Amino acid sequence: MGRDSDVLQVSVWRGASAQGRYRTYEVPAQENQTVLDVVSWIQHYADASLTYRFACRVGMCGSCAMMVNDQPRWTCRTHVRKVVKEGKVRIGPLRNLPVIKDLATDMDPFFDKWVTAGGVHAPSATRDEPIPPVNPEETARLEASAGIECINCAICYAACDTVAGNPDYLGPAALQRAWTLLNDGKHGARDQILDAVSGTGGCHNCHSMGSCTAFCPNDLDPMSAIAGLKRETARTFFRRRRG
Amino acid sequence: MRPARAHPLWLAFVLHRVSGLALALFLPLHFWVLSLALTQPERLNRFLSFTEQPIAKLAEFGLVFLLAVHMFGGLRLIALEWLPWSAPQKTLAAGAVSVAALISGAFFLQVV
Ligand code: FES
Repeated sequence: MGRDSDVLQVSVWRGASAQGRYRTYEVPAQENQTVLDVVSWIQHYADASLTYRFACRVGMCGSCAMMVNDQPRWTCRTHVRKVVKEGKVRIGPLRNLPVIKDLATDMDPFFDKWVTAGGVHAPSATRDEPIPPVNPEETARLEASAGIECINCAICYAACDTVAGNPDYLGPAALQRAWTLLNDGKHGARDQILDAVSGTGGCHNCHSMGSCTAFCPNDLDPMSAIAGLKRETARTFFRRRRG
Repeated sequence: MRPARAHPLWLAFVLHRVSGLALALFLPLHFWVLSLALTQPERLNRFLSFTEQPIAKLAEFGLVFLLAVHMFGGLRLIALEWLPWSAPQKTLAAGAVSVAALISGAFFLQVV
């Protein structure tokens, strides 16, 4: 524990979307502490009814994302030192998602869009066929490999203003997943992906604002993945018209 | 709640949107003034002499800036979306703005 004067003023969102409000807690400041540590401290020592999510605490599971001083961040890998302003931190539930309670959002819309964008793997061969080799140097494979490090934390989804403005928009994570599968040689449903991502809520809604890429904690680049989908869908559109 | 938006690509988006809107508002006005040549030549002449004022020159500078910023911003978007570039697009965005400033600045120097 730090000295008495080393106290953080932490305001935390309490309640659901509509009737909620920020409440301030005093949390002992530590030399080294993450935002998730702060939230856990509040739940352990100040108010046991605080609801939030986490699992791995090492940036692998993607469940701990919250708004920290109005920016989406993975709280288990965000040091308080980096975000604290004059001893104050503001922690809220992820933007662009309905709030269930306190810091826990309803992730259903996020994952439903994952499926809508064609993100479920479709096999291209049966178990009786030989396993086709994957060449890690191939251009398409390099594109696919770039996207598979996504941990589904929904930080890009919370950062995106296009998602905020259009609830039907599939969002950066789902579209990047679609781009990854499109470039996966073993995926058997290429055409379904292209149809799924060129509809009303599809990739052409993206304004290339790049907040997804700017905020992705894993340094992925959903904006470029979406640009790839735009190219591929346009190419298919012209090819189908000709053919 | 608003996330931090002060990153170059988001600002490029806003600049593109705002310049596009401003140009869209300007165009009907522009055509209306041109139409005066046919309907009220007197009035057009008066307007043209007004455009010799420094304030009008300044507005022209703004207009050329908007045009340039919108054009280069548009080229940036086309390049970003149609060429498989993973290159530092922020640099491109900044480049677009600076070229816009250069062109409009050159124009400004030429008219004063
Ligand atoms: S707790 Fe797993 S990513 Fe933060």
